[in-house]
Amino acid sequence: MPDGQAAKEKKDNLAAKPGPRRRLKVAHPERCIGCDSCMFACSRIRTGTVSLQNSAIKVQTQGGIEGDFRVVVCRDCQDPPCAKACPAGALEKRPNGRAVFHKDRCTGCGSCEKACLVGAIAMGKENKPIKCIHCGACVDFCPHGVLELEEISPAAGG
Amino acid sequence: MRVDKMPGKVLYIDLTKGESWSEERQELFESWLGGTGVGIRLLQEECPSGTDPLSPRAPIILSIGPLNGFFPVATKTTATFKSPLTGELGESYAGGRLSLALRFAGHDAAVIRGQAEQPSYLSINDSVVKIKDATSIWGIDAQTTGVILRDCEPGVGRRSIIRIGPAGEARVRYAGVVVDTYRHFGRLGLGALFGSKRLKAMVISGTETMDVPDIRRYKEIYNRLYKTTVQTAVMEKYHDIGTSVNINVLNLLQGLPTENFRSSSFPEGEKISGEAFADNGLLRRVSCAGCPIGCVHIAALKTAFSKHHEFEVRKVSYDYEPIYSLGSNLGVDRSDGILQLIDVCERLGLDVMSAGVVLSWATEALQKGLITGKDTQDINLQWNNVDGYARALENIVKAPNEFYAALAQGADFAAQKYGGRDYAMTLGGNEVSGYHTGPASIVGQLVGVRHSHLDNAGYSIDQKAIKKHMDPEAIADEIIKEDNSRGVFNSLVCCLFARGVYTEENIIDSLGAVGIVKTEEDLHELGRRIFEEKYRFKAQEGFDLTHLHIPKRFYETVSAAGLVTPETVEEILRIYRKKRGWS
Repeated sequence: MPDGQAAKEKKDNLAAKPGPRRRLKVAHPERCIGCDSCMFACSRIRTGTVSLQNSAIKVQTQGGIEGDFRVVVCRDCQDPPCAKACPAGALEKRPNGRAVFHKDRCTGCGSCEKACLVGAIAMGKENKPIKCIHCGACVDFCPHGVLELEEISPAAGG
Repeated sequence: MRVDKMPGKVLYIDLTKGESWSEERQELFESWLGGTGVGIRLLQEECPSGTDPLSPRAPIILSIGPLNGFFPVATKTTATFKSPLTGELGESYAGGRLSLALRFAGHDAAVIRGQAEQPSYLSINDSVVKIKDATSIWGIDAQTTGVILRDCEPGVGRRSIIRIGPAGEARVRYAGVVVDTYRHFGRLGLGALFGSKRLKAMVISGTETMDVPDIRRYKEIYNRLYKTTVQTAVMEKYHDIGTSVNINVLNLLQGLPTENFRSSSFPEGEKISGEAFADNGLLRRVSCAGCPIGCVHIAALKTAFSKHHEFEVRKVSYDYEPIYSLGSNLGVDRSDGILQLIDVCERLGLDVMSAGVVLSWATEALQKGLITGKDTQDINLQWNNVDGYARALENIVKAPNEFYAALAQGADFAAQKYGGRDYAMTLGGNEVSGYHTGPASIVGQLVGVRHSHLDNAGYSIDQKAIKKHMDPEAIADEIIKEDNSRGVFNSLVCCLFARGVYTEENIIDSLGAVGIVKTEEDLHELGRRIFEEKYRFKAQEGFDLTHLHIPKRFYETVSAAGLVTPETVEEILRIYRKKRGWS
């Protein structure tokens, strides 16, 4: 299932040439039922673990189950504050606009987490960020069509 | 982090001493898997014969199983205790976010002993366990308790908050524990144990991460189970109309208990059907954490409190059972009336099924003059009187007189005191669920380990037998098969709604994927052993299958399978006992 896709997307990610790319979008947050399948998909497929902590996507209750669910995903900013905030160059802005993560350079300082107002950076194992790569693994495991992958041109974005 | 290793961490909490510690009990989980298998063994260790279930000596045991957190729909937590309602085995299951919270906090089971000196709640955040003062929230309803604790405790967004309402504090024998607002440890009085221990609530959250022995194999099995769950018809019933789809089905079959089982069909049934709820009140559906189905149906109950378009809006969850117990069983023909009564039970923290059956007995007892207006304090308990029933529920908790205090002890207790035992609808001391489908439902609830319709689904066996004749022996065989296999299922701990997904093959494969090797024979053997252990506890506490009370009403009202005769029930029971080797 999404493994091949993830690998392909990763390769796309690393391509230096700007081109169209795909971005994860919370298309219908109101349809979320809070099953957490997306979070399990992210940790399982990205990190090979069973975890809610190691997930780049976060579904949270607000005011308990009687409130609305909040679905937090990376917006894939054109000028990513997480990359700007990183003192070690571990989050690097690519010409196509996407911030990619170099684990070996990361010192685990957590500046990226603080810089993201959306709250889309999760600190996972060894206190290193789990950065969304917009691979769409979570999309395939959303039973209610909350999530979508959208095509965007290099000029677009946040 | 755990790799290829059996879970086995048991958290012990002693409320009297104010202490907690963890023990590695892998051998327990290796032999008994988890959930109810581990639960019954811990109960035997912790609860000596004859223990008063509401004394400090009586334990509360919560346990999860090897699949919780790892696979879809493995969302349940087992509670095991001695029931203050039946005086023997107490067992209840809740969904919500609890099983995941326990898993990620790293506790495979929790044993709660003793009695706190003052009202307390437990804060469990990973391995940090704190017993905190709950004096300021004692007496507050179950829903508001959740709202308050949310602001005091860490783990926002994915923790589990379980709590009792005033019913548990007052030790009503069928008080439940509300789990994450819309799910419950409902049956058999766990809430009264919380109350007796002065334990108002537990807040649990965790950040642990688990590994699996072979990630490729794990993903393969996960994908298979996930696909089966969301893409096939196996679960259809649960995510469209929900369990309440059965109101119309059973009404048509003459299996829907109405007005205290005086009838098995409700002429107004259409108005309180699952379809009617879905069309008129359904607001949204939500899931237990880890389940992609979303069977929790939540309705908006909108009540005007002035003539100027001012409304109170409450979000109330509903299912088949509360619609039966507080609806057709009380002759209530309005969905908003039923939601109002469910809401009262939610706030008080009462088990809806027992509460409804207690009220339906009281209604009939008042009609027949066994009790009077003096007993009811002038509340006119009559079919469809929603406001009267709502006030009576409050009184059951407040116990302003002897009559309401008796109701707080259950229908059978009240009927033994005031009369009318022939129509106090209990089996094995537990108020019955909403099925008058035939003999298998009666026998199933009688012999079931916790006297629940979900022990062996006798109601479903009856419906099969209506389509294709089954003799008493075939019915007994089927009950035994379900008794045993559900013992395993409830040790995983998967939601029973997913039994179509978790075939034996899928159970073996999913266990294999987390490093636990079991064969078909192992599972059958385990199911048998778990059942026997439970009966060992039941017998120790005085349960005797040869001396059981069956209310005559079951034989007077036509069921989906026609009139049931005592002879048929006796015959199935006789064969059942013989096959169990107890004759």
